[in-house]
Amino acid sequence: MSAAPAPAPAPAQQPAAPRLRRGVRLSHDATRGADLVLQPEGVLVLNPTAAAVLALCDGRRSVDAVVAALGERYAQVSRADVDELLARLAARRVVAYG
Amino acid sequence: MADTAPAADAAPAPFGLLAELTHRCPLHCPYCSNPLELVARAAELGTDQWCEVFAQARALGVVQIHLSGGEPLARPDLPELAAHARGLGAYVNLVTSGVGLTRERALLLAERGVDHVQLSLQDADAADGDRVAGARVHAAKLAAAEAVTAAGLPLTVNVVLHRANIDRTERIVDLAVSLGADRIELANTQFYGWGLRNRAALLPTRAQLESSRDAVARARARYGAAPDGGPEIVHVVADHYADRPKPCMDGWARRQLTVTPAGDVLPCPAASVIRTLPVENVLRRPLAEIWYASASFNAFRGTEWMSGPCRSCPQRHEDFGGCRCQAFQLTGDAARTDPVCGLSPDRPLVDAALAEAGPELRPNYAMRVLT
Repeated sequence: MSAAPAPAPAPAQQPAAPRLRRGVRLSHDATRGADLVLQPEGVLVLNPTAAAVLALCDGRRSVDAVVAALGERYAQVSRADVDELLARLAARRVVAYG
Repeated sequence: MADTAPAADAAPAPFGLLAELTHRCPLHCPYCSNPLELVARAAELGTDQWCEVFAQARALGVVQIHLSGGEPLARPDLPELAAHARGLGAYVNLVTSGVGLTRERALLLAERGVDHVQLSLQDADAADGDRVAGARVHAAKLAAAEAVTAAGLPLTVNVVLHRANIDRTERIVDLAVSLGADRIELANTQFYGWGLRNRAALLPTRAQLESSRDAVARARARYGAAPDGGPEIVHVVADHYADRPKPCMDGWARRQLTVTPAGDVLPCPAASVIRTLPVENVLRRPLAEIWYASASFNAFRGTEWMSGPCRSCPQRHEDFGGCRCQAFQLTGDAARTDPVCGLSPDRPLVDAALAEAGPELRPNYAMRVLT
């Protein structure tokens, strides 16, 4: 993840960058062989796609940049699928913007 | 330990450990979730013993450790225990009354790895809050909330709703929001132990319950318009007024386990009320063996233990027959359908309790005391 650009001063129309909400951590769980979201409300067991998306949600990358970074590693990355996943993660209070 | 490895059809590994570090507490709330027979200080597990419990829990699959009590700040080794839990990779949640949580201690606990703090609040103002807590603690709680947010920790405010405070639901939410809460948990009193002893004094009326529900809806509408969606407001309604039971712990011994101050291991925090189950203790038996192989933890797993009307009920995989502790407390048989259920032949027991609820807004309580 060291290739991420340094954060630029954000103009008002800068596209929103997803990040983990305060109090949310990602963890790999050896017992279950899965990546997890740990949050005050409980635990989410992630599928590999959700884990890959969340690992890129650093509060600096826009959703476009997240999609581009995924495209470098996986075939057939769909912007619509990423949007839908991020919306679900926002509704579960895992992800916030800005 | 070789014989404790889970078989393919065994119970899933637990996600959470509720560690009741102590039953000592400066508050005397008449709805306390601790049992009537509290553990004395001399019987509490030591630092090394708790560290060993955490290590065994992590090895078993626990990823969230809730440091609770009583008041966990009464343990001088709390920062050490938090650091140990976090060092094992667990998400560390501190459940506290806030009494004694100074800025310095909050900062230290944040440094040692506490991820999140749940702070209890009794009411919207000091006079009412202090009355039900049986101690002058409201002001200290406001200061504790400030210490938590100043330390950069996310804050959940927990409120137990009962007849004397439920009419102030909206003001309580306003106070919690002003304290910087990211989450607000409004939970109607559950009637076990102290709560059961004080049930007639704590039960709200149906009309109170309905206005409280409206108040929560108004608060959600007001605060939910914020750009980040505002604080999450979780509302747990009183099951005595419901027609179907609450899902027992998401299933008996399925997601979480509780360890009491003396090391007793329970499938749910209230389970010591079920006198017919053998008591397991982590000093005598490894945690993994208790989770997978003990009679207590296997007693109500799955649906085989059920009798009618649960046995053939389409809801049995969602509500798991309701609460085993409530079934035992009200009928003497932990394997019966939760009497809250409208299909239970024991529902008249719950209706009788509702009829006993008094009208007073300042009832006399049997306050929680450590004898």
